[in-house]
Amino acid sequence: MSTVNIKIDGKEFAVKEGEYILNAARANDVFIPAICYLTRCSPTLACRICLVEADGKQVYACNAKVKEGMEITVDTPNILEERRAIMEVYDVNHPLQCGVCDKSGECELQNYTLELGVDSQSYMIQDTKRETTNWSSVLHYDAGLCIVCERCTTVCKDMIGDAAITTVKRGGEALDKGYKESMPKDAYSMWNKLQKSVIAPSNGTEFTDCSDCGECVAVCPVGALSSRDFVYTSNAWDLTRVPAVSAHSSDGFQIYYEVKPTSIEDRSEKIFRVTNEWNYVSLDGAARFAYDFENRDVTKDEQAFDKAVEAFKKAQTIRFNSVITNEEALMLQSLKENMGVKLYNPEVRAFQKFLGYYQKASGNRFYSTDADALMKKSDFVIAMGTALRNDSPGLKYAFNNVQKLNKGAGLYFHPVGDTLIPTFGKNVECFTHKPGLEEAALYLVLDLFADKEQLPDDVKEYIASFKSSETKTIKEKVMKDVTEMVKDEETGEEKEVTKKVPEMVEKEITVERNGLVDLLGGNSATFADTFEKMMKKKESFSMMIGEDFYYHDKAENLAKLIALVEQTSSIDLVMTPPKSNALGVALICDLDDAAEGYTVGYNENGDFRLSALGDGDLDMPAMNQQEGTLTNMSKRVVPTNAALEYGGYELNDIVSSLIDGQRETIDWTAKLPTAKGYQAVAFDSLANGYNNDGTENRGYLLKTSNRKANMPKVDKFDEASALEGEIVYRCNPARQFSDFTDKAHEIFEPFGLYASTAKAEELGKKVEVVFENGSIIVDVIADHKIEGDITKLSDFKSAQDIYTLFGESRYKTVTMRKV
Amino acid sequence: MGLEQFKNRNVGTQNYTKLDLGETPANGFEQFKQVAKRTFKGELFVGLWVTLREMINALFKGQMHTVKYPFEKMPISPRYRAIHDMLRLLESGHYRCIGCGLCEKICISNCITMDTRYDENQRKEVTEYTINFGRCIFCGYCAEVCPELAIVHGPRYETASEQRASFSLFEDMLTPIDQLNLQQEYDGFGAVSPNADANIKKTPLAY
Repeated sequence: MSTVNIKIDGKEFAVKEGEYILNAARANDVFIPAICYLTRCSPTLACRICLVEADGKQVYACNAKVKEGMEITVDTPNILEERRAIMEVYDVNHPLQCGVCDKSGECELQNYTLELGVDSQSYMIQDTKRETTNWSSVLHYDAGLCIVCERCTTVCKDMIGDAAITTVKRGGEALDKGYKESMPKDAYSMWNKLQKSVIAPSNGTEFTDCSDCGECVAVCPVGALSSRDFVYTSNAWDLTRVPAVSAHSSDGFQIYYEVKPTSIEDRSEKIFRVTNEWNYVSLDGAARFAYDFENRDVTKDEQAFDKAVEAFKKAQTIRFNSVITNEEALMLQSLKENMGVKLYNPEVRAFQKFLGYYQKASGNRFYSTDADALMKKSDFVIAMGTALRNDSPGLKYAFNNVQKLNKGAGLYFHPVGDTLIPTFGKNVECFTHKPGLEEAALYLVLDLFADKEQLPDDVKEYIASFKSSETKTIKEKVMKDVTEMVKDEETGEEKEVTKKVPEMVEKEITVERNGLVDLLGGNSATFADTFEKMMKKKESFSMMIGEDFYYHDKAENLAKLIALVEQTSSIDLVMTPPKSNALGVALICDLDDAAEGYTVGYNENGDFRLSALGDGDLDMPAMNQQEGTLTNMSKRVVPTNAALEYGGYELNDIVSSLIDGQRETIDWTAKLPTAKGYQAVAFDSLANGYNNDGTENRGYLLKTSNRKANMPKVDKFDEASALEGEIVYRCNPARQFSDFTDKAHEIFEPFGLYASTAKAEELGKKVEVVFENGSIIVDVIADHKIEGDITKLSDFKSAQDIYTLFGESRYKTVTMRKV
Repeated sequence: MGLEQFKNRNVGTQNYTKLDLGETPANGFEQFKQVAKRTFKGELFVGLWVTLREMINALFKGQMHTVKYPFEKMPISPRYRAIHDMLRLLESGHYRCIGCGLCEKICISNCITMDTRYDENQRKEVTEYTINFGRCIFCGYCAEVCPELAIVHGPRYETASEQRASFSLFEDMLTPIDQLNLQQEYDGFGAVSPNADANIKKTPLAY
């Protein structure tokens, strides 16, 4: 990336071209005050406090881009006067209840009031009564404290994509006319806007219609927005921040568990809330609210431990899931190598196989991009095989952010219709196709994006075979010249007269039809124009691949097609590991296809159960009670720390008594397999944070390796393999990932069959879903963001064994029986 | 400050005045003579007379100077820092503490803890409050930092009890509601200064 040289307060800096002044200053540790700006969202210009002087002109640092040779002054007497006036205005009628406010101590209004030395107030206006409301089961809004910086609405629209909140009229008094002359200009216009607005749910009701991610709470600079559970329970300064990794989705977001003693009687530590570096990472609802899944009050039960060791000696299979650290996965792998047990993990096995197919076909060890890089660079995103709203919050944010900030476009291929994704941007085109036609979607991508020169001939021909030009006859009105001989009655002379006569003419035009588009549920007659519009000024393309592909009958062919897309086009690729640490498990463990004989289950069903949920034969620490590393979707090995005390045995204790192991769990960190891209680095030397310019300084990136591969040989697809009839899709509601999210008290999404409103009405309240190998009775839950007839069955309760019902597939044709 | 006094190092010429201490006894006989002389000079009886005089004054003239503790106690300064009191609002009788946690934060021996919650009236309620008097050093910072003059140091300096917990709960420190009329405003650490009004700048209000 090219750089430009700028001067801030006389100091020279080389900064990224096209960067906003504010970001450039922040990256170089120069402080410019700003309230309303969020790093990865569009500037709102609500606070106007970031006013600086650039080349003699006053500009807003959050909105003005750097230019070569620009000279910036942060403080001039005039700007300082403006800033002070702005802060004075913010303090007008702001309730003086810092004493009880949750934000006190980390409040930006407090900070800037002190920073700018506001010790008196010169403006006044009558206050408007603003009510405190609860927007949802987690969101609490105190309008009286709100300074309408619009950070919450901005992040909800530009990052999260829900756009669930907006500014509405406050109904406040009009400003005194005299202020227009007497006040600094920017302060006056800021106040004018502030006095008119307040935040409310955008759907016109009292309640937000959103995914309850709580990012609005995180970005709120004052105490206006907080989580309902946290209100008035603790002061910010009493909480100890423990840097960790979200244990639920495979995004591996960095989070801080904030802990302090539970109460006066109970001095054991409790997690009060989860916070994040909201300028650099946005969390989903599970990461923020599903934090209290710890295994409480565990002591060392020697008898149970001895039984566990016996069980491991006897075991033929160890069954586990992806909620496990890299270190534990490595321990299990060592057990396999030393004792010959089978490792069974249906959640990860399909992904591991798929990754293998991909590696073989493409020659790359890993997919090329990740959510962060995608947001920074891409302007065209294709998502397929993933229920974006449910599977991977990080990629959903990236998909949305690209539309909003990079003036991007997007294609979304998925069998389950979604009403939210089309709202991400004007240039988002959704294909709701039949399950089983995922290969067709990839062929369409090849057709649209691949360099035709590079494509193998058979593929070219195959794609061409879907194209047809149809001749259509359309009727058109044409003015026709008609020449007639007219006899002049008087003279008897014959004269030629030309008249214009309207006539309907049948005309033949050719319409290019693309069979692939039609097959995928689009309309090829209009798609060509739409696509041309989408492609305008687009330079960087990315594709997101999800879990549907791993559980596909033709997974190998899909992987080859993806490799072909990568080789013949400039599309970057990102895959969604199914859950939590799925990528780590896939890399570290040699998984087996089936369980066999006596099984030890780790957080899963088995003859002997180790469980961090507190219901097993031997207790294990939950993710927030252990240290270790996880491998996240960005191919990064990230460290997590123990937030809460744990008094029982760990997996390492069992492993140490079985084989020659390590003293501590984290001693395994340096032993992670270097052949798979890991580094021999000790746990304690791993960093965990973000730099001021937003670069991630957590753990380390896996080493990639690329080998030149031959052009993959891809198979044709079978149109007949598309599923028909009553189809159920294995998919969790947003915020639910596993038993651990379910255990958390702030996660309310129930287990059940999620259906579109119309479908839910048709099915009734409860339904028995009959699979080939069993059936399950579940509640039907209406979700108005689903479109079409396919229903989503949750899989987060391991006791329900949904994976067995679905087998090797994510879509199943079933029969529904009313109960 | 001048440095002259440090520069004068001419120690030998100081003008000392010597006390007339007489001769130091040189042998055993002279020492005996000095002891006998001092013993029988009569000064002993001067001292005995003072004691006798004070006894007569105390017993018969009502000029007793000792306090009959624990039946009598000395008045103490308002700035004295003994066991804390929690004050109530005089108008409503509600406790003054708002649960801001500043005392908890400033406490240098980390002995204050409180639990708070969001109550039905949308206010912050202090559900429990405790001071660990085993660790409290009575420094007075909590009273000084309290924005509501809610926690103050009271005059109760007798801290002997069977259990440390005896004084440490909110209810123990809180003014009993039936003695609200006897509640004294605190003049010590953290109290409003007598000229507070003069130091305040008025904020304009549109009402």
